[in-house]
Amino acid sequence: MPFIPHTENDIADMLAAIGVSKIDDLFDEIRSEIPVATLNHMPEGMCESDMTRLLTERMPDFKWGSCFIGAGSYEHFIPAAVWDIVTRGEFYTAYTPYQPEASQGTLEVIYEYQSMMAELMAMEVSNASLYDGASAMVEAVLMALRIQKNNAHKILVPKNLHPHYRDVLKSILNYHPFELIEWDYDKKSGRVDVTQLQKINKDEFAAVIVTQPNFFGVIEETDTLTQLIHEKNALIIAVVNPIAMALLNPPGKWGNHGADIVCGEGQPLGVPMAGGGPYFGFLCCRKKDIRQLPGRIVGRTHDAQGRQGFVLTLQAREQHIRRAKATSNICTNQGLLVTAATIYMRLLGAKGLHEVAKKCLENTEKLKKLLSAVNGVKILFDAPTFHEFAIQCEKPIEDIIVAMKKNHLQAGFVLKNNYPELQNSLLVCVTETKRDKDLEKYQGILQ
Amino acid sequence: MINHLLRQPLPNIPTTSELDVIRHFTRLSQKNFSIETNFYPLGSCTMKYNPRSAKAIASLPGYFHLHPLTDSADMQGHLENYFELQNMIAELTGMSAVSLTPMAGAQGEFAGVAMISAYHRDRHDFDRTEMLIPDAAHGTNPASARMCGFTVKEIPTCTKTGDIDLDALQKAVGPKTAGIMLTNPSTFGVFEREIKKIAEIIHQAGGLLYYDGANLNAILGRVRPGDMGFDVMHLNCHKTFATPHGGGGPGSGPVAAGARLKEYLPTPMVGKNNDGYFWLTQKECPKSIGRLSCFMGNAGVLLRAHIYLRLLGKSGAKRVSQFATLNANYLMKQLEKIGYTAAFPKRRASHEFIITAKPLTQKTGVTALDIAKRLLDFGIYAPTIYFPLLIPECLLIEPTETESKKTLDRFVEVMKIIYNEAHTDAAKLKGAPYTTPVGRLDEVKAARELDVRGVTDE
Repeated sequence: MPFIPHTENDIADMLAAIGVSKIDDLFDEIRSEIPVATLNHMPEGMCESDMTRLLTERMPDFKWGSCFIGAGSYEHFIPAAVWDIVTRGEFYTAYTPYQPEASQGTLEVIYEYQSMMAELMAMEVSNASLYDGASAMVEAVLMALRIQKNNAHKILVPKNLHPHYRDVLKSILNYHPFELIEWDYDKKSGRVDVTQLQKINKDEFAAVIVTQPNFFGVIEETDTLTQLIHEKNALIIAVVNPIAMALLNPPGKWGNHGADIVCGEGQPLGVPMAGGGPYFGFLCCRKKDIRQLPGRIVGRTHDAQGRQGFVLTLQAREQHIRRAKATSNICTNQGLLVTAATIYMRLLGAKGLHEVAKKCLENTEKLKKLLSAVNGVKILFDAPTFHEFAIQCEKPIEDIIVAMKKNHLQAGFVLKNNYPELQNSLLVCVTETKRDKDLEKYQGILQ
Repeated sequence: MINHLLRQPLPNIPTTSELDVIRHFTRLSQKNFSIETNFYPLGSCTMKYNPRSAKAIASLPGYFHLHPLTDSADMQGHLENYFELQNMIAELTGMSAVSLTPMAGAQGEFAGVAMISAYHRDRHDFDRTEMLIPDAAHGTNPASARMCGFTVKEIPTCTKTGDIDLDALQKAVGPKTAGIMLTNPSTFGVFEREIKKIAEIIHQAGGLLYYDGANLNAILGRVRPGDMGFDVMHLNCHKTFATPHGGGGPGSGPVAAGARLKEYLPTPMVGKNNDGYFWLTQKECPKSIGRLSCFMGNAGVLLRAHIYLRLLGKSGAKRVSQFATLNANYLMKQLEKIGYTAAFPKRRASHEFIITAKPLTQKTGVTALDIAKRLLDFGIYAPTIYFPLLIPECLLIEPTETESKKTLDRFVEVMKIIYNEAHTDAAKLKGAPYTTPVGRLDEVKAARELDVRGVTDE
């Protein structure tokens, strides 16, 4: 019996102690009006070896250097040490640290994570993480609406924000009286349209979302945007790529006063792509707003003997205490993924993170250069990019995808489904995992 | 070209040697209790064994490195895993369709409640603004209902019988009732016997029933929420399907719906036709409440849940609830024999049960918190304490089906020692724990003098 250790004698002894004759008797409070399940379609169990065989056969192919899709999930090299430590049973099979004395490992990891994440974003405080980048952004918007004093109900949402993030925002804000206004992008640079921002009235918007880099991989002029947005009395919600922040000016330093709330997808920091999850969303803010910050927060304190220790703090914001009045309904963080990110950041340090980011940029520039030499291929936007860029091709994009596939390459993200104005266009991602031969191969097929 | 956009100086994150990093985090891990090192009878959390095989298979390179936007044609096997999981969940719950995308129980709740909202809106039934929730419910229930714009109306639960107050329910329902959110067995650890009657009352009033799957382990393969009259529910893969809790996440909270609500399920889902498996998106599901995560929820967790269910199969799934129930009832009886007070002594324990320390507190001053802390000294993680809120000085104990009689007997022994200590040396319990890396921590100071960020150093 898989995972059930009872012997026949155990069962007999236990039933006798309870005072019933068979296990079924323990269900006698469930009335017969509810039928006993038959599970006619459920298969019988398998042994571990058969299961391993089956799922290995079903497993998609994987080859290093073959994936040029980014669009929210990024291939980075993860040092072996990261997941060896993460999957230690003590981290892997513990739960939310309700008993801090028996959970100092998890708590201290989260404290380190909060410290490094705040540092990376140049923000004052970070929470212990949320589900993923998209849901963290939704929480950031809800948080902005709680702290914004101007009574505005509009949020300015860039069209060059990840389309799935915009979808999630719509799904969850659907039940609130807020208005999402689309912020168009400049067709030449790929950046947000500054004139649209200039035209809005003071106090018209509660918050404005700014991405760095944006969905097209384009680097935004964040200082200029920040100044303008603050002049309009709106809050700035920064949605950023954490690896890029080791190279680019971090949100806490944007403009004169920095971004107000910072969030994003933490996956690039040591978390595998794994078919889309589990990842983690990060969320940072100013210290004055910490009581409006959703999710778990770990604080440092001490015990009666003066020994340093860590606890979950500010729990009065959370649903198990506040119930219907909680800041959010979310009651977990993504502890295990945060553990991976913490180990990843500790292994690389700021220097290593900077090198990864630089290599991403260099590789991307290399491929851009290679592709701009190809006839019938155009680099779509002229503003600088980080590790993704859009191309437009003369040939039908479907043919290119197929040709790449034949050579075991995943060409990129097709833009027209989400941006009908961008026909025959592809969003191409290059991280530090690519070698020159991968880039040359890509160019060769496109030629 | 981008010089003015570059970061100066770099963040203050020191570079540490690989060996020192490994030592540091290995040592930190050793300060944790976990399922693999300790008995972990944390009520409502179903801390069962997490099969290593699920971890090993999910770590195979083709799954580990899979880009979520890979062409469906190139990941048919991966989609087949999801499709099978959807079907197994539908059968285990008695529902018609399943969306795997919610990333935790709370998001599954949000999805289910949002679907109820969408259903009423679709029928132009705009006055249904109230969500009924028993006072014993998990705190996420009212919080999720609020996220969907409902006002919450609390329904009292009888702390003698453990059942919902039917008269109060009958009075509470009306044209404003959107639905009810229920856990069954409830957070009291007992099966709600009047569930069919409750379903009838709610449905007659035009409302729908939401099932909080937190306690599904108690009835897995035995009875099904769909057969009890529920319209929509979520499950917790990290509880019922043995995926790791990871120190507080990732969870995974698939949502399952009956005929009335299935067209509102969140996207993406996996469909199948003659050409194979494919993504069902907003295009195919125009009434869907939409997307809740950037890609496919906590995909890797779902893969582990799939592996677990295929390993167990039909008979294995049925055994889960049988042995979870056997263990809980055995433990409850043994603790009563010591002198502990069960909150519902006349009821069967489901997969968990409540001990109230109130009589002990009155006699000795020892509280549920003291018992919890003292357990840590014996290498046993504490049960859930002070939840549900309605039972004073409560300990919610859930052993799960994967614990042996030997482990349960040792727990009973330790609880006996603690019971005796309470009567002979209460002060000792007040000072516990003694053997953990730190003693009781000053939580008031932590909240008052917020220190949530330090300088990282070795």
